[in-house]
Amino acid sequence: MNAHVAPRPGKPFDVDAIRRDFTILHQDINGKPLVYLDNAASSQRPRAVIDAISRYYERDHANVHRGVHTLSQRATDAYEGARDVVRRFINARDTKEIVYVRGTTEAVNLVAQCFVRPNVGPGDEILITALEHHANIVPWQMVCEQTGARLRVIPITQAGEVEFAAFEKLISPRTKMLALAHISNALGTIVPVEKFIAVARRHGVPVLLDGAQAVPHSQVDVQALGCDFYCFSGHKMLGPTGIGILYGRQALLDAMPPWQGGGDMILTVSFEKSTYNQLPWKFEAGTPNISGAIGLAAAINYLTEIGMDRIAEYEHELLVDATQKLSALPGLRIIGTAPQKAAVVSFVLDGIHPHDIGTILDTEGVAIRTGHHCAMPVMDFFKVPATARASMAFYNTFDEIDRLVAALERTRSVLG
Amino acid sequence: MDLKDLYRDVIVDHNRNPRNFGRLEPSDVHADGHNPLCGDRLTMYVKLDGERIGDVRFEGAGCAISVASASMLTEAVKGKTLSEVHALFEDMHALLTQQDANVDTTKLGKLAALSGVREFPARVKCASLCWHTLNAALDTRAGAAPAPVSTE
Repeated sequence: MNAHVAPRPGKPFDVDAIRRDFTILHQDINGKPLVYLDNAASSQRPRAVIDAISRYYERDHANVHRGVHTLSQRATDAYEGARDVVRRFINARDTKEIVYVRGTTEAVNLVAQCFVRPNVGPGDEILITALEHHANIVPWQMVCEQTGARLRVIPITQAGEVEFAAFEKLISPRTKMLALAHISNALGTIVPVEKFIAVARRHGVPVLLDGAQAVPHSQVDVQALGCDFYCFSGHKMLGPTGIGILYGRQALLDAMPPWQGGGDMILTVSFEKSTYNQLPWKFEAGTPNISGAIGLAAAINYLTEIGMDRIAEYEHELLVDATQKLSALPGLRIIGTAPQKAAVVSFVLDGIHPHDIGTILDTEGVAIRTGHHCAMPVMDFFKVPATARASMAFYNTFDEIDRLVAALERTRSVLG
Repeated sequence: MDLKDLYRDVIVDHNRNPRNFGRLEPSDVHADGHNPLCGDRLTMYVKLDGERIGDVRFEGAGCAISVASASMLTEAVKGKTLSEVHALFEDMHALLTQQDANVDTTKLGKLAALSGVREFPARVKCASLCWHTLNAALDTRAGAAPAPVSTE
């Protein structure tokens, strides 16, 4: 992905102008200007997203799919219009393939329970990789406990790349599902998913991609990828919390039982039998997160206006700069050194626990994540209890990377 | 929020040179403690001398606060009776969690250096992990298997 981005004609990437759209970035934390480098955990929102949500609640709110009155129609139009914005953004064929969920976690659980669970049993295998987020491990473990299927894990290398040769050996007629991250949240590795999907296709194995870290930072085209399911979260891509997307191929979604029962997911209900609604509403029981969907569409429009390829290009420059400057610090070791990476730098400092780094950086106004990043098996693999992780977004600057470096030098002087 | 309130010299020193560090052989009781949020892991070993702590050691890995807290704990409880240790635990708990803790810090000695932790809510569990783990170890002295302790 984005290995060869052609520079777009037009205005240069104006990060100062972009930063003006993000009110939250302009504040002092512990007396120092905030440097927000925890974007892989959650991004910030531009005013356009916050305004879209406010506007909806101030002018258009009512329940969707229910009323004949004007507000209900406006809410429905906005909610369904947002679905089409999502569809276009990831190039799905049809809005029937775009299911609103709470986030990536719910999307993976939905596929695990509604697609995989009814179709596997003892002797079957589910394949994941060793760099997955807990959200792409635990739902599969639960299915395995429920069905007697077995979870197999494709190993990673010391650089943090998924071992493709091992994958080719692990996949077999027993494999009923392949679930893998598009980009690792803990290491930043961009997984060459196209190669994995091609092999899975040959074996007739369905593929789910956890795109939580990929969608905010690069152009994703689900048809070009050829995956069966693609999952991502709104809050990591400038959108609200509590909204996410499950993309699924229509034929598969059609054949799946509903996820939850309730209003909106039915056509008719009697005490003898209920009939389920069409896609995608079959999977959307209850009053949905209407404002979340509208906020997500506003976020996508904002990203699209800047251009995902320009975002990817600029973030790559930030990654190169951060990698170079952090590597130069004595005693600093970067965890995750794959040649193809998103703008995530996980690292450890000799003799200083990441938790102490996080606290000291916070007193310098620098927000990073420290801990296991919901990827405990990754920490075990690299034999570290935790890492510190700086994750960049397109509104970060090169000056902010210098602030990170200075704060790490201060950490060394406090605890060294 | 002043960093020097948290990382006082005595804490930095105990982190760099933890006292009573390493396995205690033989020990009467031991327990594992784990703080999953930050990955701190430690094991407390205790040798009892009747109703007193005859010897105590710890091993593991963690942040500066958790290592220094465990190190200072071992110095503080060695030779104390179990009821004195219990009283100390209560005082430490109050010191770490309550802004207006009514604790006589002169009784706490070096341990009082941890009072700055309460200004950093995300770090309280780091400092208290060793105390919970010691309690868990002592709770097993009837002979039951030690249950792992988690601060989460």
